[in-house]
Amino acid sequence: MLLIRCPFCGPRDETEFHYGGQAEIAYPADPSALTDEEWAGYVYLRDNPRGWFHERWTHSAGCRTWFNVRRHTVTHEIAQ
Amino acid sequence: MTQRLPIGGRVDRTRTLRFTFDGVAMTGYQGDTLASALLANEVRIVGRSVDLGRPRGVFGIGSEEPNALVRVGDDPMLTATTVELYDGLAASGLAGKGRLDPGFADDARYDKAYLHCDVLVVGGGPAGLAAALAASESGARVILLDEQPELGGSLLGARERLDGRPAMDWVAAAEARLSGVQVFTRTTAVGYYDHNYVVAVERRTDHLADRPAHISRQRLWHFRAGRVILATGAHERSIAFPGNDRPGVMLASAARAYVNRYAVRPGTRAVVFTCADSAFAAGDDLRAAGVEIATIVDARRGETVTRTVAGPDGALAGVEIGGRIVECDLLAVCGGWNPTVHLFSQSQGRLRYDQNIHAFVPHLSAQAEQSVGACRGTYGTAACIEEGYAAGGSAGNFRIPVSDARHEQPPAALWTSGAQEEAFVDLQRDVTVADVARSIGAGMRSVEHVKRYTTAGTGADQGKTSGPGTVGVMSALLGADPGAVGTTTYRPPYVPISIALLAGRERGILSDPIRVTSMHASHVARGAVFEDVGQWKRPWYFPLDGESMDDAVLRECAAARTAVAAMDASTLGKIDIRGADVGVFLDRIYTNMYSTLAVGACRYGVMCTADGMVFDDGVTTRLAEERYLMTTTTGNAAAVLDWLEEWHQTEWPELDVSFVSVTDHWATVAVVGPRSRELVTSLGVPGDMPFMTYREVGLGGVAARVYRISFSGELAWELNVPWAYGRTLWETVLERGAVPYGTETMHVLRAEKGFPIVGQETDGTVTPQDLGMSWAVSKRKPDYVGKRSHARPDAMRADRKRLIGLFSAERLAEGAQLVTAAGMVGHVTSSYHSAALDRPFALALSRDAHGPMEAVWDTRRVPVEIVSSVFYDPENLVRDGSPSTWPVSHEGDWLLDRPVSALDAYRDRFAVAGADAVVRAREIPLAIMRETHGADPGEDAMRLGPEWWIGPAGDVDVSGQRTIVELTGPRARDVLITGCALDLDPRVFGVGAYVQTMLGRAQVILRRVDDDAYHVYVRSSFAGYLAEWLLDALAEWSHT
Repeated sequence: MLLIRCPFCGPRDETEFHYGGQAEIAYPADPSALTDEEWAGYVYLRDNPRGWFHERWTHSAGCRTWFNVRRHTVTHEIAQ
Repeated sequence: MTQRLPIGGRVDRTRTLRFTFDGVAMTGYQGDTLASALLANEVRIVGRSVDLGRPRGVFGIGSEEPNALVRVGDDPMLTATTVELYDGLAASGLAGKGRLDPGFADDARYDKAYLHCDVLVVGGGPAGLAAALAASESGARVILLDEQPELGGSLLGARERLDGRPAMDWVAAAEARLSGVQVFTRTTAVGYYDHNYVVAVERRTDHLADRPAHISRQRLWHFRAGRVILATGAHERSIAFPGNDRPGVMLASAARAYVNRYAVRPGTRAVVFTCADSAFAAGDDLRAAGVEIATIVDARRGETVTRTVAGPDGALAGVEIGGRIVECDLLAVCGGWNPTVHLFSQSQGRLRYDQNIHAFVPHLSAQAEQSVGACRGTYGTAACIEEGYAAGGSAGNFRIPVSDARHEQPPAALWTSGAQEEAFVDLQRDVTVADVARSIGAGMRSVEHVKRYTTAGTGADQGKTSGPGTVGVMSALLGADPGAVGTTTYRPPYVPISIALLAGRERGILSDPIRVTSMHASHVARGAVFEDVGQWKRPWYFPLDGESMDDAVLRECAAARTAVAAMDASTLGKIDIRGADVGVFLDRIYTNMYSTLAVGACRYGVMCTADGMVFDDGVTTRLAEERYLMTTTTGNAAAVLDWLEEWHQTEWPELDVSFVSVTDHWATVAVVGPRSRELVTSLGVPGDMPFMTYREVGLGGVAARVYRISFSGELAWELNVPWAYGRTLWETVLERGAVPYGTETMHVLRAEKGFPIVGQETDGTVTPQDLGMSWAVSKRKPDYVGKRSHARPDAMRADRKRLIGLFSAERLAEGAQLVTAAGMVGHVTSSYHSAALDRPFALALSRDAHGPMEAVWDTRRVPVEIVSSVFYDPENLVRDGSPSTWPVSHEGDWLLDRPVSALDAYRDRFAVAGADAVVRAREIPLAIMRETHGADPGEDAMRLGPEWWIGPAGDVDVSGQRTIVELTGPRARDVLITGCALDLDPRVFGVGAYVQTMLGRAQVILRRVDDDAYHVYVRSSFAGYLAEWLLDALAEWSHT
């Protein structure tokens, strides 16, 4: 059971959160300017590293805040 | 009880307990385990082995026991060494495994609870006790667990003296000095998970002859610790030689503990076979108890036991040493010690093989964890105490006691002796050295492969005494270092636990929240048949006496199409959206336009995910210039709110927009049918409201919202009143002539109009265009979520599956495949019998809309005719009703004067449960609550998020959204910790503190309003679930 630190509510059990996938994938400024391949990259392609990963979570059972977490995908260590 | 010693031990000879084993009446003493009582009664053979049927007896002393498997009452498989004896216990031996009676339901109470601490110490032996003592001296919040009924660990079974006094005196003194430490005995840590999360089983009533039914038999504790100190001790291991499994062969430490702790001689004439010094103390203690020691065989002197000899009953009669037979009925074996590294390894700590003690020991910690004492490979009581105290983190002075135990020399590595056949590595799985040799001969080198091939280590004991032995045997056969062979993975649980324990109280009606609307009691009284939609109970149909479902649905449909009918539509998600930029925001979220919507107008919208697929749909209304009300599908309400927050917070934080869920605040009655106008105008609704408009109306003296929207194609109105008035409004609508209908009729009516249902016609691969809803997809907007995907070649393929209508001679099965000469082209998504059309019809997704087609399911092939997906009133002629029935509004000559709270039905049950109890629950009736996004609205508002407030003042009325339950009494916190994972320690969660979190399986706001008083704010639709959860929890305390 991961202990995730919500920036507003503090540390809570993982079951209070929903996972939001890789962080820092910005919505393209002008999707219509992208090729099909570039757009598919935005929609479908994400990193899947063995190691540190920058990812998003939302505190859905609490304050509903979306925030970023750095988590190690092998050890589940969370960088504070 | 011929093998019971007259004095000594920790049993209470004044309390004789009667029990039966395999039907034979016996007695033991308070303080016995079933195993010690069986040995006292000279029961040597407890059961048979699982594969070979060999006789087996007691081998160990605790949870490491591989042999002495018993059934006790309804518990199909336990180890006799861990069953505390009680009066009336009835046990029987097993042949290697228990049998679960499939008809048996375990009705005992089980539960769980959560605690937090700075330091969690696992193991109450000398090292753990010293660690807990030191940690408590440092001022830390400390929890100490031990699986035995009393603290002391290995000292319980030793004759060792500390500072010249019995070692248990030191234990008692140390225990008395533990200040503020929460001590849990009979509690076994079974799992060590991420971020110092340790799960333990407390056996609360298993040791009692009369188990109070209201107290949970076992409790699953969830501990979150700042630091974990593991002091889990060590397991002695055996040596593999032929016949090492016979009853009478026992671990030397176990034999020693039986005489010292239980005052039971496990035999009369013993041979000790060892490669470590600890067995000499066992020999001393056995001799002191009157057991004749025939000889001590120390492998370090070159002697070994090479086989055993059985008596007529199959139990031990002698052993072979150097070719001669020595008669004995007890063989005390010591093959060295394995530190109990299970929890350490579960925590993802790395092990190393210690060549000095020939065992795997903790190497690198992966968490804030420290192993101390024997589980770290440390030998000697004084050294373990010193190590434990140092780990506890006290700045104080502590005198390490002086032990009289002899200093131990390192053990030798001895894994096997004698032949391979019948030399058991794993007693519980009947795995021999020969089996391991065969697996290696077959080419296996990995211990994981050998484990799976031989099944060594896969028994209920999970190889506690055999695992490292298997590694040792492999290393001997391979000529490799055991450290290079490595161990198998240690996985939770450390000891077997029952599924009933894991389920806890989350069984029956508490297995998942049951959400109900404000009108639920009326539906029940009317005999509705319910359908589960997400967690909601929705009326499926309302059968009259003896009516079938098909007949009821036809009747309900006919009422909606020819007269007037009503449905409880409260479950649809409702989100109040405010701000200067709501229009812009909705233009980006929905595929169609909302910024241009007039105030007071409603519009149907579709929202897509970025891949262009339909995600949700519903009607959104512009309530005011900067305020909209969005409705979502019933099952998607929470997901849509997450979705809106995600886009706002992560992509468009510059937009002024905020969201308040009002799903539970508003109760919704849909009034449908050509005669619906007469009914709603009689209530005070303006009868001339145009289609797709909204009005605020006073209904029966209550501020209501009325929407002239239709999901059936008929003239229809959705009347919304706050939760407390929903039931009365519903009853009034029915009294005035509406026929109640359920979700099945709703589905038929909408399908006749060709309206898709998200999740039924869609499955995450369907675009709005596939549904024929290009009209709801804006071509003018520069962008919306999913727009770019709609321009991808795949979204524009000519052969995509599209929504079609089907006629057939009989009703098709939903999910049936559609087949043409070209093969499978699609599937049926909805299929009903239509009252209006008087024939079966269906909706389907198909890539082909031409040519002969059949629907195929099971063994059926039914020809279908492809038609338009709009079956009823395609010109929309009926949705405004007949102009001649447009009366003006009546003045409100009636009153919604009976507010009914969500907990109305629980008032009496709360009162009964709370009478004379140490904890009580009651409802706080009908408080005014408003939510605000932005600045603090004052009046003691609670801050729920960075800019999110709830209190008596504010922007959006949500008084019906939540119901408040007050929990009071000195045991209120004990109730809350059985369902709330947060740290509710009064030092952390002070008076006035509040949190949004989970209680049971419901989302709540929990506020501590006084020393022993809490307010729980729960969504009104979850209030019944929470009340049932609380009443169930209160049961434990209403008996005290």
